[in-house]
Amino acid sequence: MSKVKSVYVRPLDLKHGRVDMSHGSGGRASAQLIETVFAAAFDNEYLRQGNDGAVLPLPPANSRLVMSTDVHVVSPLFFPGGDIGSLSVHGTVNDLAMMGAHPLWLSASFILEEGFSLNDLQRIVSSMAQAAKAAGVSIVTGDTKVVERGKGDGVYISTTGVGYVQEGSSPSGDRARAGDAILLSGTIGDHGMAIMSQREGLQFESAIESDSAALHELVAVMLATGADIHVLRDPTRGGLATTLNEIARQSDVGMVLNEDSIPVHRQVVAACEFLGLDPLYIANEGKLIAICAEADAEKLLDAMRAHPLALSAAVIGTVIADDSCFVQMVTKLGGRRMVDWLNGDQLPRIC
Amino acid sequence: MKYVDEFRDGALAQNLAASILKEAQSHRTYRLMEFCGGHTHALSRYGLLGMLPPNVQMIHGPGCPVCVLPIGRVDLAIRLALEHDVILCSYGDCLRVPASNQMSLLKAKARGGDVRMVYSALDALKIAMNNPTRQVVFFAIGFETTTPPTASIIRQARVAGLTNFSVLCNHVLTLPAMEAILTQPGGVPLQGLVGPAHVSTVIGSQPYQYITTRYNKPIVISGFEPLDLLQGILMLLRQVNEGCAEVENEFTRAVTPMGNRKAQALVHEVFEVRDSFEWRGLGSLPFSGLKIRVAFAEFDAELRYPNLIYKNVPDHKACECGAILRGEKRPQDCKIFGTVCTPDNPIGSCMVSSEGACAAHYTYGRFSEVKWVS
Amino acid sequence: MCLAIPACIVELLPHDMARIELDGVRKEISLSLVEDAKVGDYVIVHVGYALQLLDPEEAAQTLSLFAELARQA
Repeated sequence: MSKVKSVYVRPLDLKHGRVDMSHGSGGRASAQLIETVFAAAFDNEYLRQGNDGAVLPLPPANSRLVMSTDVHVVSPLFFPGGDIGSLSVHGTVNDLAMMGAHPLWLSASFILEEGFSLNDLQRIVSSMAQAAKAAGVSIVTGDTKVVERGKGDGVYISTTGVGYVQEGSSPSGDRARAGDAILLSGTIGDHGMAIMSQREGLQFESAIESDSAALHELVAVMLATGADIHVLRDPTRGGLATTLNEIARQSDVGMVLNEDSIPVHRQVVAACEFLGLDPLYIANEGKLIAICAEADAEKLLDAMRAHPLALSAAVIGTVIADDSCFVQMVTKLGGRRMVDWLNGDQLPRIC
Repeated sequence: MKYVDEFRDGALAQNLAASILKEAQSHRTYRLMEFCGGHTHALSRYGLLGMLPPNVQMIHGPGCPVCVLPIGRVDLAIRLALEHDVILCSYGDCLRVPASNQMSLLKAKARGGDVRMVYSALDALKIAMNNPTRQVVFFAIGFETTTPPTASIIRQARVAGLTNFSVLCNHVLTLPAMEAILTQPGGVPLQGLVGPAHVSTVIGSQPYQYITTRYNKPIVISGFEPLDLLQGILMLLRQVNEGCAEVENEFTRAVTPMGNRKAQALVHEVFEVRDSFEWRGLGSLPFSGLKIRVAFAEFDAELRYPNLIYKNVPDHKACECGAILRGEKRPQDCKIFGTVCTPDNPIGSCMVSSEGACAAHYTYGRFSEVKWVS
Repeated sequence: MCLAIPACIVELLPHDMARIELDGVRKEISLSLVEDAKVGDYVIVHVGYALQLLDPEEAAQTLSLFAELARQA
């Protein structure tokens, strides 16, 4: 029996090549892209099976499944401190972590624009692989589609994550109670201002870097203290102010914050001053809010401060009874103001 | 931040508040107007209003150029974007101002208009230089602080010989508006005014003497930081108590009697005063707005697009922006404040601009009306 | 329309521009509206332009006035 000669397959030009429509058609070009770029980087037992889905083990006894999903459309794709790839992984890992869950598996779907640089794609995928490895999660399934030039912004990424959470009372947005302490794991505004610094027309030079990070290990440390943690949430879009308002409404309580105790990097303060923005409303991608019983605040804070991702953790306020669910703040000057929901988009002010 | 943080010191603020409490005579009610929208914003944002005694009332003035911009002028900008296929450059503050037919510049963008936000007038010029085949229009708004940058780019456009660049000029003047406030029939009885900080760096402190002499009200020009504001209010109270009506300058580190002559000269070279200009809430005021001089006519969007005719558009019936801008009513007196009219769904411009009295009160102050249990 | 912030000139650039700095954040702005600005001067910056030089002596005086009030109170 004569051997079938193997067909010469031109290798993908990862340095100078670009995504074209054939990469999304499901044929040989698609397969090559997936194999060379995605599977190679994400490599794990599930992906190696080459199936349409991943068969995953059931959670152990006394545990439940937690699932969460995100879509990422950040621009620019690469920014100080991260890129859309690492951001996607961290974002979904954090969503699971805020449920008190141990994150395990992610799916990753890509919408690629025709003409997108393969070199950039590989950088992003490599970054995702690194972030996943560091976080101890595997990307076990995914999909890729290509849209015509002009119909996408380079790349959009959607990630869905699955994890396990111990049965029992998990943190939830409706569990804040009057008297609880409000803790914040670190400086606010870093991610949003890192993005702003790259935006056309608003360009400014600074050392501000995105704080994009996976928080599940910090959460595990916090839960292990045995502190009575009622709420865990990461203040992403809309910033600290919006997230606190969401929690206040869900729990039907009010809050009083202390402006002086909210950590903000000096450069973030300065950049916000230039643009007329308020750090309270700027997105964060590596911080969390914890609301716990007052008696446990100190031990929780100590545990947080011992972790590299929460060195400047602080108690920033208290939960109070309030029918109107207002979040108020005592300003550095000793006056009082409201910290409202984000109204519309935070457009840079000139006034 | 140097020259900023020191002027935000909490302990000094408490002391100034205590001095204000001492100075304010308990049998009197003081009605002081902070003219400038930036001051309105600062009063709310730092929680200063709550630090003043109840008999010292701050009336919010019309010094917010977004708030006083008539709907009809925003309509012109929207038409340019949608009907003339220009690249319409605008400061961020203007993008959400509600205009006619439930439109706004942001909505025009969603409909396909090429509306671009700029942080600086220079950015608009750069866009014109980088897009030689497109017409670029800069939607210029602002008081005397923001006018010199517009003048600068028009001059630069002339030097560069640009043929694809023009400006839709809505620059307005502070003193005529102050005068309008003080002369309106049945007007608000004010005892004094806090003068604008950065307008004054450009025009100087001297021009305000016209107002103090003619209307016998003291004016204290105050810096932008909370300590400046508190100090300015204290100085005003002292003048009122002593029956004085002088121009005082608290913001001496940036305001001189003659102001910035270079900027003034540049503005004078490029612009001239219009016979009259319409202000939201104040009606048509004579000699209160600027237009581009004939010498720079090729950069005047109103001449380049002659079928852009300004049409006056009245406010929504329930909107009290006019009365609020004149200081006659407070935001909370408006029937639709906080219910129908919110920053997410602004009916009037006072709710759009973060310096508008309504937006400032909604965002920072509305908790004070509701009793809360500590 | 007042949002303006005092910042320090760290470098003069061609075409009447300058690099200013505020707490480690740097931006390029225009000096076309002011005169005789030098490196080390503080300027009030509004929409990408320096509007006026800040007078450090006056600033110091204003601050000492506040401190004086504090002593009296």
